Amino acid sequence: MSGKDSFVKFENVDKSYDGEVLVVKGLNLDIPQGEFLTMLGPSGSGKTTTLMMLAGFETPTSGEIYLEGEPISSIPPYKRGIGMVFQNYALFPHMTVNENLAFPLEVRKLPKAEIDEKVHKALSMVELQDFGTRMPLQLSGGQQQRVALARALVFEPRLVLMDEPLGALDKKLREQMQYEIKHIHENIGITVVYVTHDQSEALTMSNRIAVFNDGKIQQISTPDVLYEKPDNSFVAQFIGENNQIKGKVKSVNGKNCVVVTDNGDEIVSLKVNVNSVGDNSLLSLRPERVWVNSDKGDYENSFEAKVEELIYLGDHVRTRVNVCGNNQFIVKIPNSSDHSDLKEGAKVKLSWKAEDTRALDFKA
Amino acid sequence: MSSETISGPILTSDGIPLKVSLKKAERINKIRAFLLVLPLLAFILISFIIPIGDMLTRSVDDRYINTVFPKTFEIYKKWDKQGLPSEEVYKTMFIEIGEAKGFKIGKASTRMNYSKSGWKSLIKKSQRKFKKIKEGPYKEQMIAVDKRWGDPIYWKALGEMVDPTTFGYYLNAVDLKYDSNKKVIAQPENRRIYMHTWIKTFKVSLLVTIFTLMLGYPIAYLLATLPLKYSNLLMICVLLPFWTSLLVRTVAWMIILQQKGVFNNLMVMAGLIADENRWKLMYNETGTIIVMTQILLPFMVLPLYSVMKTISPSYMKAALNLGASPLHAFWKVYMPNSIPGISAGGLLVFIIAIGYFITPELVGGKDGQMIGNWIAYHLKTTLNWGLCAALGSVLLAVMIVFYWLYNKIIGVENIKLG
Repeated sequence: MSGKDSFVKFENVDKSYDGEVLVVKGLNLDIPQGEFLTMLGPSGSGKTTTLMMLAGFETPTSGEIYLEGEPISSIPPYKRGIGMVFQNYALFPHMTVNENLAFPLEVRKLPKAEIDEKVHKALSMVELQDFGTRMPLQLSGGQQQRVALARALVFEPRLVLMDEPLGALDKKLREQMQYEIKHIHENIGITVVYVTHDQSEALTMSNRIAVFNDGKIQQISTPDVLYEKPDNSFVAQFIGENNQIKGKVKSVNGKNCVVVTDNGDEIVSLKVNVNSVGDNSLLSLRPERVWVNSDKGDYENSFEAKVEELIYLGDHVRTRVNVCGNNQFIVKIPNSSDHSDLKEGAKVKLSWKAEDTRALDFKA
Repeated sequence: MSSETISGPILTSDGIPLKVSLKKAERINKIRAFLLVLPLLAFILISFIIPIGDMLTRSVDDRYINTVFPKTFEIYKKWDKQGLPSEEVYKTMFIEIGEAKGFKIGKASTRMNYSKSGWKSLIKKSQRKFKKIKEGPYKEQMIAVDKRWGDPIYWKALGEMVDPTTFGYYLNAVDLKYDSNKKVIAQPENRRIYMHTWIKTFKVSLLVTIFTLMLGYPIAYLLATLPLKYSNLLMICVLLPFWTSLLVRTVAWMIILQQKGVFNNLMVMAGLIADENRWKLMYNETGTIIVMTQILLPFMVLPLYSVMKTISPSYMKAALNLGASPLHAFWKVYMPNSIPGISAGGLLVFIIAIGYFITPELVGGKDGQMIGNWIAYHLKTTLNWGLCAALGSVLLAVMIVFYWLYNKIIGVENIKLG
């Protein structure tokens, strides 16, 4: 049970608050030691509830959670030894930064000298060693965030949980903190479970990402797989920008299939989440995998399109075109001399590969 | 050529100094703000500052008696306080008693009676009998009318009235008095009533504050943490008594607490106490404390609630997560954050309790009277407004001292009503 593969293990966990709606449905999840796992999903998808069950603030309605092989559902939160960074930091406003950091150590009745040393070490880790005597409210948002992080790590927990810790910071600071958290994780090798609804945050920091929706994990994988090979239309939509084309499966040919769009175009695509001929399907195609007026011949799909709108974004031009009956189709065109002649209303030829076109489930 | 002076005042584009221009622009706003505040200022002045000033004045004011016996006191001041005053003092006293109208002399003799009881009846009797005295010397004739005129104690008592201000009321308010030589001494044992009442007032107020805190804290905690649909119901339960007349609530308590009342009956029925040993829960200090605690409870709950509402639940979660047991987390994290509410509620309840008088009046009996009851008694029954004012001023001073102490220990900035 307590192998390296399941440092944390969720086994058939259900959670309901009112006895009518399941917030988390039959969750199974294994987190190996030292992993940075992110739970990503829209609000109400069950990711925070899952985190709260792990922290001990919510109890699973059924199923069991194991930490290092031990079932922990009946262990109260203060005996779990799990660190946590809260969304609004939850720094104690009546204590100085030092006192906040010393709190978990004093509770564990460590000798005074050891406490001082550990507090200093933790503050140095987040580069706030000169701020120990300040009150939390005298710090900026980013500094408070770091104190919260230091406090969650100072007592050397087995596992640290983070509940949208960067949500209140501005964009630039958020990006900086993402790298800092990532580096701290790499340096001390602690297991991290991170909750966010921000996909770029998840992609930047995580070893693996579990995409939550509707109380279930839709897909759990490394960031690159999740982005490039989404298993279903929700994941494809939720992560990154994505072109969607509705259609029906016309024929299946090995790992590929042919999907007919509403206006009759036939698109060769990778069969991912469709079963048989006649199924509805939503095709997913990343905007950067489409080529404009390319003369290379190895594309399975090639269609004529009309340029509807050009949006100049510096390094690339975001181009909205009408193709296969979809006028919201986006193509990212690198800002190179090749395409400087594009005009709104112009006819262009778009080409893309079958392997980049993922035929996914379609829910009407 | 046209070099600007850097150190000179900054000018606006039309050449007026910026500060002047700003003042002009702000003036209208200032006037408007002042006019908006004016009615409140006037109201506070008329209904608060002037009455308090009047009370403070009254507590030391001794001018009235000086307007009745101006000449007598003038001559009296020269007396060496040995034996009896001179014939001259008797004479002016005789004349001024004759000149004073009924109402005037009545009020003056009441004042004289505060210093030495007996003055009032002496004056009253003398007024009638002095009519027979036609000419001097007056001394012997006056003593013949009533031999108290020949008693130096009465004359010496006048000594504390000859100044237009007196501390006599304040001394009285703390069970002290002037002796016949104007030295401060303690009241005779059987006349000491106020110190005892002061101590009881503070004791009852303190106990009521503690009990409201003990009862109110868990309620406020529940109010602040329960889901809205339950906390609203609970809030109505807290406020319902608030909307009921104070008298109705007090009378309801009288029905419950009497010796033949609901509570004692239930206890006897349950066999917990014997019929002959029914508890005395009313007409004593216990009754005052029980009823005042209930009546003042909302004043504790509401400030506590509004402060607790602002304490993020994540503090407790964080404390638990960091390894503190629920009790430890509460004591080290939640409680310190609720201190502004405890302070505000505590101060509010204490201030209201210290001046309370209706409830002690109705359920306090002889034993449960507070200083407010004495103030009301002197205000309505004895009409000794000077003493009322002195008692009230002591109350005010005590409150200021408490406030100062509180500010020293906890800090006024810690009071929060939400």
